[in-house]
Amino acid sequence: MPNLEHPAYPAADLLHLEGLVPCRESQVSMLLSIFGERQQFSFPSIFIYGHTSSGKTYVMKTLLTTLQLPHVFVNCVEYFTSRLLLEEILIQLQSCPSGTEQSSPVHCDTLNDFVRLFKQAVASQELQDQTLYIVLDRAEQLREMEANILPAFLRLQELTDRNVTVILLSEIVWELFRPNTGCFEPFTMYFPDYSIGHLQKILSQNHPPEYSADFYAAYINILLGVFYMVCRDLKELRHLAALNFAKYCEPVVRGEANERDTRKLWKNIEPHLKKAMKTVYLREISSSQWERLQHDGEEPGQLKGLSAHTHVELPYYSKFLLIAAYLASYNPVRTDKRFFLKHHGKIRKTNFMKKHEKTSNHLLGPKPFALDRLLAILYSIVDDRVAPTANIFSQITSLVTLQLLSVVGQNDQLDGPRYKCTVSLDFIRAIAR
Amino acid sequence: GCFVFKPSTKKRRLSDKTADDFRCTSNDSEDTELRFVTCQSLWNQIKSETEQIQENLNKQLLDNLVSFLSRSHSDFQEKTTEWTCRMKFREIPTAALVLGVNVTDHDLTFRGLSDVLQDNITPYVALLEAKDCPGIKNLMQKLMGQLMKCDIDVGSLEDEDCVQVSQNRIRCSMSSLISWYDSVTKKTDSETPSKKRNSSSRHWQSPPVVVIFKDMESFTTKVLQDFIVISSQHIHELPLVLIFGIATSPMIIHRLLPHSVSSLLCIELFQSVSCKEHLSTIIDKLLLTSRFPFKLGEKVLQVLINIFLYHDFSVQNFIKGFQLCIVEHFYSQPLSVLCCHLADIKKRVYSLSHDQCENIRRLPSFRRYVEKQESGKQIELLTNDSFLKEETEKLLEDLHVYHENYVQILRCLHVFTSSLPKYPLGKQIRELHCACLENRVWETEEYESSLQLARMLNKTDLVTMLRQCVEILMSSSGKEFDRTVEKLKEFLTQFQNLEEASQERDVSVSPQKELQKKTDLYHLQKTLLELKESRRSKKLTKFEMLRFEVVDYIDSLVRRYLVPADQRTLHEIVYFNGAAVVRGHLSAAPRTALHTALNSPHWYLKNQALTCDGGGISNKAPDICIVYKLHLECGRLINLMDWLEAFSTVVMAAEERNANAASSDQVDDVIHARFIRAVSELELLGFIKPSKQKTDHVARLTWGGC
Repeated sequence: MPNLEHPAYPAADLLHLEGLVPCRESQVSMLLSIFGERQQFSFPSIFIYGHTSSGKTYVMKTLLTTLQLPHVFVNCVEYFTSRLLLEEILIQLQSCPSGTEQSSPVHCDTLNDFVRLFKQAVASQELQDQTLYIVLDRAEQLREMEANILPAFLRLQELTDRNVTVILLSEIVWELFRPNTGCFEPFTMYFPDYSIGHLQKILSQNHPPEYSADFYAAYINILLGVFYMVCRDLKELRHLAALNFAKYCEPVVRGEANERDTRKLWKNIEPHLKKAMKTVYLREISSSQWERLQHDGEEPGQLKGLSAHTHVELPYYSKFLLIAAYLASYNPVRTDKRFFLKHHGKIRKTNFMKKHEKTSNHLLGPKPFALDRLLAILYSIVDDRVAPTANIFSQITSLVTLQLLSVVGQNDQLDGPRYKCTVSLDFIRAIAR
Repeated sequence: GCFVFKPSTKKRRLSDKTADDFRCTSNDSEDTELRFVTCQSLWNQIKSETEQIQENLNKQLLDNLVSFLSRSHSDFQEKTTEWTCRMKFREIPTAALVLGVNVTDHDLTFRGLSDVLQDNITPYVALLEAKDCPGIKNLMQKLMGQLMKCDIDVGSLEDEDCVQVSQNRIRCSMSSLISWYDSVTKKTDSETPSKKRNSSSRHWQSPPVVVIFKDMESFTTKVLQDFIVISSQHIHELPLVLIFGIATSPMIIHRLLPHSVSSLLCIELFQSVSCKEHLSTIIDKLLLTSRFPFKLGEKVLQVLINIFLYHDFSVQNFIKGFQLCIVEHFYSQPLSVLCCHLADIKKRVYSLSHDQCENIRRLPSFRRYVEKQESGKQIELLTNDSFLKEETEKLLEDLHVYHENYVQILRCLHVFTSSLPKYPLGKQIRELHCACLENRVWETEEYESSLQLARMLNKTDLVTMLRQCVEILMSSSGKEFDRTVEKLKEFLTQFQNLEEASQERDVSVSPQKELQKKTDLYHLQKTLLELKESRRSKKLTKFEMLRFEVVDYIDSLVRRYLVPADQRTLHEIVYFNGAAVVRGHLSAAPRTALHTALNSPHWYLKNQALTCDGGGISNKAPDICIVYKLHLECGRLINLMDWLEAFSTVVMAAEERNANAASSDQVDDVIHARFIRAVSELELLGFIKPSKQKTDHVARLTWGGC
């Protein structure tokens, strides 16, 4: 295990930092060596990517705060326009070292303004002599803003002529960022997924004060045994661990087993965890409901999950409209005559199906159809006569708002709107009953 | 919305009418005034009643929601120090509110919900609609706008502050929302001790911010995801609660949100009353009661129910249809003045004018009644107004009593029919009601078969049903059913006695028990045959006799009380039967109307000259009609040149018959222009569109010569 060492920072801080970022020591030491000493210019932009909850945000945040480096931390999802983003950076910058100072309203519409204001802010905060770090979390959002934002951030050091380093955090690789016009290539760095051993180590670190670390580690071991196959998200696992720990402790609390009785405890918790995997993990039932169930000692079977309520009650003609839409979406037009006409004449058996039609239509997905075809099929599948009243037409629209149908090609409303049926065969079966 | 204004338009029409006809029929105009007032007061009663019903139906749901909301953030306030809370990921509490597919009714529910929330939980409620939020930016703007405005409502004294904020063109970001929230809660904290207004003390120190997504289905995935991700990062500073209004099924949450986002939510499911149940309650409370004098005829009720079941599932629309019926009835039926509560009838009857008396005499049901009377009374009824009034009052009172009895007995019958297998008379009481209104229910096959089935009921069922009937009849105020109740109770005691008797006799071994002993196939067959024989010849048991008696008694009740309303005298006064009018108003048929207008213009233009015999095309018809008729004869693609020629032939047929020789191949410019205009009108109406498949052709968008 490499110990963190850097001449510029006090050893105590580094040791503390090492304790805070388990299993990420190598990345941290790499970052530290890139950062260099406080006053040294660093690489203009660093791109860090890795899977969900591989500790990118957490490591950056702890690193910058423990070492008390001046930094600005912005989430690009939250500041969804370039203006908001730039203003937020400036606001944070104003209150950067002291942290308490009330920010005055900033107006910054373009990057040009930003560079100017940024220089002012750096000057006023007396940050010239140390590197300022701007961390942009969820940087993939930058691609949706104006085209100049991303390239400008990558070479902000050059543009502002100040000691600044921009760090981009993202879940996707750099190749998907690179603009067509080319840009400054940042230093890319990969945060690998935590292995099961890492997860075990990290999760066991925060054991509850009432119980020993070993006891909790054994619990985490069992938990990972159940959930590791489906979930490697650290946040989610920690959440699940907290939710189910009470149940694990139950035999100990009741005095039926002691803390070392792992087998007994395992027997107690394992089916419970499996149930949790099917319900809470999928958010079929909420965690608060789960806790209440646990508390009351009820069977979770009584509480129906979200997907248990699949049935949708529809008016009579809406059902037929939906079925007609389904038929129109999945049957080729040529077969309409055969299926929906009483005297359709003889069918030539040979070559009836063209070659490409032999693949199941369900694999190909729904095809768009015209309104008239939908109505024609509707008239033929409903037994009694249907008057083409406004009610029928408004039902089609309401099916569209319910997302059971979708309109294809928005602009053609007046001439002949085309629709697609978006529901599954199971759904159609359920309403056809 | 259009129905809401109906009474006012009527008022205008009424005033016009009174102004015009003031001289000749001053009495009648007085009646119209009275009719209008009666109609209004009746509607107001019904409206408040329906609102009450809705409130009661939603009460359970709202209570659940309120308790959920009050629970949602209380956890965090109490035990933030505990280990589990520290470890647990803090999710956004979310209520998934499944409301059914009748989206039009949701508004009312949401309004009720936000009122309740503002009263009990928090002043900060924002209602978001998908159409206002195409992007996250718009969503934030809308959200902040609503929240900050509601702040003004509460602390109206702090106007300056708010104005200042709005002048600043607030940055629509979460951080400004949080700072706003901080300032607001701090302010109320400092104020509560001094202020006597209890609005702020009703809420807690940091009330949650409730965001309601009215139509979850229509929101785009991106917007929802972004919003949830953003707010989950600030859940510590801003106690947010989301409410998703869902029309289809909760599965839509999983379809719209990926797991990484839905794992940020703590979703609980709430379901509203199904709309069918809602309708049943409405019908039960509005129609099957003698509280309101106005009644719906069978056909009208059927139309309204059909629109509900077949088309929209919307209770609001049903109520609006009902309102239309009321207005239409009071507007079209001059005698509807008498459609009032029992207490007012006497006064109103005696103030009737001579014309109105004549109106009564003209009623078909009244004429039938007159014909049945002896000749002396007939003359009196037809000539003497005051005698007629006396008689009318009596008849109306009879009608009122009939209603009361009808409803009670209908409910009793429903107790029986609703538990029969396959429900020959329908499962819901509304179906039974329609059947009874339509014609004599005891003459129908369904009734016959349900009696048959009722004769096979077992004892426990029968007894419970009888008990229910007794309860229903006891609840009625009148003394009409005292004897019936007695009779039913007698039946019950007889059943009781029977039970005791049978317990004594139970010692004897039943043939079935013997049967179980036999294992030999031959013997089994033999005994079975014997059993069958004995059963056929066997006399009816006491229980069976009693059962027959009960069913016959119920049958007699039905025959006596469930006479269809249109066989009662003067039913026209309280029953509205204009089914065709209602249908015409409520289920518009734009295509059919358009076709009629274009195909037979005389229908709307009321011009006899335009009537054409058979399939011929009159040249006097408007150009667009001619063009339309010609296009009906074409296939999918229409050649414009041929069409033009046909058009000019039709148009020229009369105009230039004499100057036939002058016509050449060249089409007149004026006719050409007329044709072009008619074709473009047709295009605007959506019958044709230009086609790229062939030059000089247009494509038809409708099919058939319909």
